[in-house]
Formats: sequence, C-alpha cells, structure tokens
Amino acid sequence: MSFRAAVVTFPGSNCDRDMAVALASVSGEQPIRVWHGDSALPERLDFIALPGGFSYGDYLRSGAMAANSPIMREIAAAAQRGVPVLGVCNGFQVLTEAGLLPGALMRNASQHFICRTVDLTVENTDSLFTRGFEAGQRLRIPVAHHDGNYFADDATLDLLEGDGRVALRYVENCNGSRRDIAGILNASGTVLGMMPHPERAVDAAHGGTDGRPLFENAIKALAHA
Amino acid sequence: MKIRIHVSLKPGVLDPQGRAVHHALDGLGFAGVEDVRIGRLIELTVADGTSDADLEAMCEKLLANTVIENYRIEKVGQ
Repeated sequence: MSFRAAVVTFPGSNCDRDMAVALASVSGEQPIRVWHGDSALPERLDFIALPGGFSYGDYLRSGAMAANSPIMREIAAAAQRGVPVLGVCNGFQVLTEAGLLPGALMRNASQHFICRTVDLTVENTDSLFTRGFEAGQRLRIPVAHHDGNYFADDATLDLLEGDGRVALRYVENCNGSRRDIAGILNASGTVLGMMPHPERAVDAAHGGTDGRPLFENAIKALAHA
Repeated sequence: MKIRIHVSLKPGVLDPQGRAVHHALDGLGFAGVEDVRIGRLIELTVADGTSDADLEAMCEKLLANTVIENYRIEKVGQ
C-alpha cells in the first residue's frame, strides 16, 4: 500500500526533519516536504504533519503567523475534506491559531521552557490516531515547549470532554494546561494537536518508542479506510 | 493615521507573566499592588480613511487571539 504523507516546513520549524524520518521509519515511504509559501498541496495526500519549532520566531503569538501562511488555506481545505492532520508542539499552536482546533496555547504557568520526558494517559481510543490504544494507557513521550499551557473556556472544555475529544492528558500537569490536557481532536477525530513529540519516541535509540503506535495507528486506519 | 491597538488578556485567563511581575514589585517593596496583567501595544500607521471595519478585521484575524485576548482600537490622530 502506498502512504502519501506531507510534512510542512515553516521558516523556523525545527522538528520537520525528525517528523519526516519518523513517518518514513513507520510507513516505509518518504513523506513529501512542503514549504509554507507553496500555494498548493501535493495531490491525493493521506496524511499531513505540522511539525514543532518556532515558526516565524513565535512573533506576535506562537503559531499566529504560520496560521496565516498561504499553505494553511490549503491545509484547512484538506482537513475539511477529512485528510488526517497531526500538529505537534508548534504544529498544535498553528492548528489552534488557524481555528482548526479550539482553544489556545499560552506561556507555561511556570514561565520556564520545559524539555523532558513526561507521562501521558490516552483518553480517547476511537480516533484514527488512538484506535490501537487502551483507554487509560500510559505513554512516555518528550515535551519541549515554552507555550504549552492549554486554555479554553469552561463551555469549550466541557464540550471537548463530553465528545471524547481530549486525546491525551498529562499524568502530572507540567505547564498549567486546563484539565491536564496534552492533546485534543477536532469534531470528526481526524485532526489531532498535541504538545508532546511522538516523533521523538519512535526508535529504541530515542530512549523509548511510545510515540510509534500513534503513527502506526493512523497508517493502519488509513489502509483499512 | 496613527492607530494604537491595545491587546489584553481576557478576565479569568491566568497571566503567569503578570503574576511574576506582581511578585517582583512586592519584592521591591511596593505595597498595595493588587494585580498585574500584561498585554501588548501595537502601533499601526494606516492610510487616512481606513475603515473601522478593516481595523476590527485586522484585530480579529491576526492582531489578537479572541479566545484569550480582548482588544481596543485607539485612534491617535494624524
């Protein structure tokens, strides 16, 4: 089966190569690299990844400039058509700024940049990203961010929880995120934003492989679609 | 035309930066500071006759994130 994935690079992205290597390692196929200024996405994409980094130097707000770059209009349209989109770290910030996911990611409550491996629990096991997990399953995946403090108003949080759209929670809240939220899904479960970096946990040499099933689940789900 | 856009955090949104600055003011011995909230000031120079609707659209689409922030548009003059 062929798996056509795209990894988007913005000026200041720095996890784009890691994301491409992770996708290639899990799927066996090289993802297509897409530049922020491109006005069109490659055709027949199965998967789009927005990587971590500091797009546009985090000017204005993390992800705000990237959310308005030309390629994001295409990504929003693809997401609307149901193409799965994974945003990691800065990619999550871009997805919220672009309105593809609700809420916002604010400065960590501690004011510190946090770079360490954290424990997560899998909350949703229905989405194409999380279908292979058991509810409550623990994962150890690295975080590396300054602006990972998830905020949404109570009504939005209740809606997310009620619809099972909280995908991942921190076991110990490391950044002040409301309700310990580490990752959320859109209403159709095809767009996932998460602060932890699964692409940094796909090889034993990374110190853990807990991120790998996330990619495997998505690839498996697409193969059966 | 000069425009100032005042962007501030919505009430109820935690401001860890403001809290740290509040703490620092306490440490400097300034008593009676009840709260500190940190926002952002954006100064624009725009063509005369730029419509209020355009200024608001700039705020809504980019300059403020209305999930967490309020904005106020101030016209400073020529």
